[in-house]
Amino acid sequence: MKSGSLAVARLVAVRHLRLPFRKPSQLIQPLMFFMIVATLFPLTLTPELSRLRDAAPGVLWVGALLSSLLALEYLYRDDAVDGTLEQFALSGQSLTWMLFAKTCTHWLLTGLPLALFAPLAAMLLGVPARAMGGLLAALALGGFAMSLVGAISAGLTLGARRGGVLLSLLTIPLTVPILIFGADATQRAIVGDPIAPPMYLLGAIAVLGVTLAPLAAAAAVRIGLE
Amino acid sequence: MNWVWFHRFGSAPWVYRFARRWAPWFGGAAVLTMLWALYGGLVLAPPDYQQKDAFRIMYVHAPSATLSLAIYSTMAIAAAVGLIWRMKVAHAAAAACAPIGAWFTVATLGTGMLWGKPMWGTYWQWDPRLTSELVLLFLYFGYMGLRAAIDDPQKADKASAVLAIVGAVNVPIIHYSVIWWNGLHQAPTKKLGADADMPWVMVWPLLLMLVAFGLYFGAIFLIRLRAELLRRERNASWIREVLS
Repeated sequence: MKSGSLAVARLVAVRHLRLPFRKPSQLIQPLMFFMIVATLFPLTLTPELSRLRDAAPGVLWVGALLSSLLALEYLYRDDAVDGTLEQFALSGQSLTWMLFAKTCTHWLLTGLPLALFAPLAAMLLGVPARAMGGLLAALALGGFAMSLVGAISAGLTLGARRGGVLLSLLTIPLTVPILIFGADATQRAIVGDPIAPPMYLLGAIAVLGVTLAPLAAAAAVRIGLE
Repeated sequence: MNWVWFHRFGSAPWVYRFARRWAPWFGGAAVLTMLWALYGGLVLAPPDYQQKDAFRIMYVHAPSATLSLAIYSTMAIAAAVGLIWRMKVAHAAAAACAPIGAWFTVATLGTGMLWGKPMWGTYWQWDPRLTSELVLLFLYFGYMGLRAAIDDPQKADKASAVLAIVGAVNVPIIHYSVIWWNGLHQAPTKKLGADADMPWVMVWPLLLMLVAFGLYFGAIFLIRLRAELLRRERNASWIREVLS
């Protein structure tokens, strides 16, 4: 019997909102990594805040991308190992909806905390307080789009031997537009320009991602599980 | 409508024989047109009044750039055909495309850098076209990396096919986002290409060179496809037949 796809998606979402809290290190480590990366730049570039401010959008976005790649490792790995993904695929329910729910919870637990955390790192890079709202919004939206893209490549690497580096190799080129518009929005927030234009484009990418990425992710996971 | 011509492409022995028969013709035609186009481009076409002889790099650069994108599309279409109709030959064709496309991308970047030195005074500029070409190269790397990392050939075929399709959706987005990014940060650079006003004596060698590169791709593609089919079907009985 096939119950509603949305009802199933809700169940999956609830399960995956609860599970990571049993292993909090999964949630904390990407944030720590992000902070450490942000710390490296003052040490390697210059401690001068005025110059760090110029580099801040790039540092924050590259740091966020790398940290989200780390978090992406956890998206399917555990569920593939203990057979949960297989049960998803065999359940006769829409795998697309289940993976979409899973990706959304993944973003809620990794992408959104990262965005909330980013102002702290931004402060260390000399970003003025008035830019924090724009930074947070851009990272939240861009992080959602990155999670959607990552859900595809994480699915594709399920069947691969060495997942980690390959996952980055597949994901990073696909996230180039997100990085461009996200860093542009952050830059505009820092200098006090309106951030709406790049935010619209980020939103457009996120909408395209919501429309197509879960379908591709479901196809990728099915292939990976064969 | 008669679909026999299409179904024949699903048969590995038929495609193998087809590739063996046509590869030399493509190769020969490629050499001839390339020589003709080179003569036109290097001898008949006058030096550009601004770029002098350096503009002639375009005769390699522009066709390479066109092919690097065209081959990615070919690969994605072949991958989609393989995924939808479960045609093994189509997957083999997609696999054969990837390294050729990557090399054309490298050629585009290399000639772009050579052209950049006399024009911009530096080998590398973050020019939007060069940048999106670089990202395209990374996409090819990802595709080949994924294929190489999965041991089961059928699984590798399907997974890389999904990646090729996702990449094909992404290529235009990347292209325009890069143009937009660059437009924000620096003034547009003068770029050679079809948009520049050029007299016919400069244009026809370019078009001919494009045809020559296309033929060259056809020849290399057919050779690689044959190798790919031999490797995949090494236990099949038809191999012994065609090789004897």
